[in-house]
Amino acid sequence: MRHEWPLFEVFVRAKRGLNHVHVGSLRAADHEMALHHARDLYTRRNEGVSIWVVRSDQVATTDPGEKESFFEPSGDKVYRHPTHYTIPESVPHI
Amino acid sequence: MSAFDEAIARDQRVEPADDMPEGYRKTMIRQIAQHAHSEIIGMQPEGEWITRAPTLRRKAILLAKVQDEAGHGLYLYSAAETLGADRGDLTRRLIEGRQKYSSIFNYPTLSFADVGVIGWLVDGAAICNQVPLCRSSYGPYARAMIRICKEESFHQRQGYELLLTMMRGTDAQRAMVQESVDRWWWPSLMMFGPPDADSPNTAQSMAWKIKRHTNDELRQRFVDMTVPQAEALGVTLPDPELRFDAERGHYHFGQPDFEELRRVISGGGPMNEQRIARRRQADEDGAWVREAAAAHAAKLAEVAR
Amino acid sequence: MSFDDAYQALTDHDDDARWAYGTGFTDPLAGVPSEVPPEVDAADLASYCLMLGDDALILSHRLQEWVTRAPELEDELALANIALDLLGQARLLLTRAGQVLECSEDDLAFRRDTTDFRNVCLAERADGDFAALIARLFVLVSWRLAAFDRLTGSRDAMLAAIAAKGVKELTYHRDYAAQWVVRLGDGTALSHDRMATAISAVMPATAELFETHPVEERLAATGVAVDPASLRHEFNAVLSEVLTAARLWPVPFAAGTATYPPGRHRGSGGRDGLHTAGLTGVLVEMQSVARAVPGGVW
Ligand SMILES: [Fe+2]
Ligand SMILES: [Fe+2]
Repeated sequence: MRHEWPLFEVFVRAKRGLNHVHVGSLRAADHEMALHHARDLYTRRNEGVSIWVVRSDQVATTDPGEKESFFEPSGDKVYRHPTHYTIPESVPHI
Repeated sequence: MSAFDEAIARDQRVEPADDMPEGYRKTMIRQIAQHAHSEIIGMQPEGEWITRAPTLRRKAILLAKVQDEAGHGLYLYSAAETLGADRGDLTRRLIEGRQKYSSIFNYPTLSFADVGVIGWLVDGAAICNQVPLCRSSYGPYARAMIRICKEESFHQRQGYELLLTMMRGTDAQRAMVQESVDRWWWPSLMMFGPPDADSPNTAQSMAWKIKRHTNDELRQRFVDMTVPQAEALGVTLPDPELRFDAERGHYHFGQPDFEELRRVISGGGPMNEQRIARRRQADEDGAWVREAAAAHAAKLAEVAR
Repeated sequence: MSFDDAYQALTDHDDDARWAYGTGFTDPLAGVPSEVPPEVDAADLASYCLMLGDDALILSHRLQEWVTRAPELEDELALANIALDLLGQARLLLTRAGQVLECSEDDLAFRRDTTDFRNVCLAERADGDFAALIARLFVLVSWRLAAFDRLTGSRDAMLAAIAAKGVKELTYHRDYAAQWVVRLGDGTALSHDRMATAISAVMPATAELFETHPVEERLAATGVAVDPASLRHEFNAVLSEVLTAARLWPVPFAAGTATYPPGRHRGSGGRDGLHTAGLTGVLVEMQSVARAVPGGVW
């Protein structure tokens, strides 16, 4: 027997300046209820300043089978990383 | 080597969308669900004392603690749902007696000292069991366990602090604490499950890194940590065989009555029926409420379209 | 996190931000002066704090009774949160009363008899079902939010600080309850009936909330308390808005017609220590352990 309420994913911003982080899911009849429940379930200890909820069946994800084509092409672009470049120690603030 | 085997071998986490053996998925769902059920059923023995707590501070602490256990149940159901399980279905399995929960919650709470002893021994034993699970191979379970373990630290400390306070109180209170320790000690040791020799699933669970230590290892660790705490408290643990074994560097302790554990796990404990009945009642009494909320949400969605 | 010592692992808190684990707890009354303001009768102030404190204590008790019985686990948490908030308000208010009466919050909670309690009778009734719980919660916290909102300007600095903290909590409680009134009122035919029944059952008992007690009258005159009669307008506005959205307005009762238990009449209710059997039951339970162990420390 399926649960009467749909599943929602919950994202919490711990404090200003940080990203929302996925913390888990919960059941709720609608978005308003999902926000209330998220507040009661995931921020009981003063853990958040902002909450997002999104219905789990609305989340699109990458296919793990396509992992290679999705993520590996960025693995060899070492020139995107600052440590790729040698700068003499004597040059300040760089 | 499959991606799954490779992840396990490299001590990486398995994540929801990954391919995994059907046996792993099933075992994982069962383990997480049983754990979730234990948190939820575990609210009952202590929950009965919230309305009777003898100070307002203890009332607030106990209410917050029991509420945390509901939260733990939800974190875990949420982890189980990432494996394709449905909470409605898992609840059904619990209230129909098709899925188990920790044996410890089938014992009654008879005095307010039980609140302290449960925090100290039962949450203490749960912590011993759960800290290694923070490294479980299944990602969502491991993450839920980290959050749970952090919250558990207050549960054990509040229990021990209550007992310390009571031991400084009247003779009647000290007797109350000792009587409670006498009742909960052996059931707490049983929380680690049957001895390794009778625990057929352990090998596979260790290979899949679902389990990190055997039942007997964890039981020993718990005894080693608890005995000095009992001494500091001034209570006697009800085991005549208990003594420090200098050679092994561990405490030697007597054998729990595993026949009793088997009986309680399979439904013959003093409180099994009441615990399940309460859960079933809440589920049945709440059905019209959940349906109403779903109906209202459907109407709103209709209007929005 | 260290894995070799289970307890050690629990006190490693350096990765808190990663887990959105809470920090930064504060004492809402730190630095607030506790002297009774000039020209204010201290006994009146204590009685008033008992009225508001007992409302919260007894309502919290009724909510605590729902633990392990809520319709869904998420609501288990929500109701426990509300019960905890109200218990927190009760503790602050009883402590304030205790400052004047020279006793502790626990003396007041556990060592008073039924007739010493000053809560409205509405707080002490048992809930028949979830609709009854929601109906009572909704009306009581709507009233309380309106009152606390005014009390943030109280001349008693303690009361003002307690109210300022409470307003945030009560705003959430009212929102939670109002959402459920609407869901149940609008949901199914069954839930509509149950919500309608619950609202009609609870309305007569709300009359007591708006009767000005002599203590309130005197304290309102000195800028410490709020005259509850002045809250009726705001209360009715909230009620009609929410009940209209819930398809439950107008309610089938005549405003202001209160029904009282035998032997009671207008102006002689919970605020004067005249209670229903509901409170006796609550106190027998609540005080059982505290009274059974004389001299006990917890
Ligand atoms: Fe827990
Ligand atoms: Fe716990």
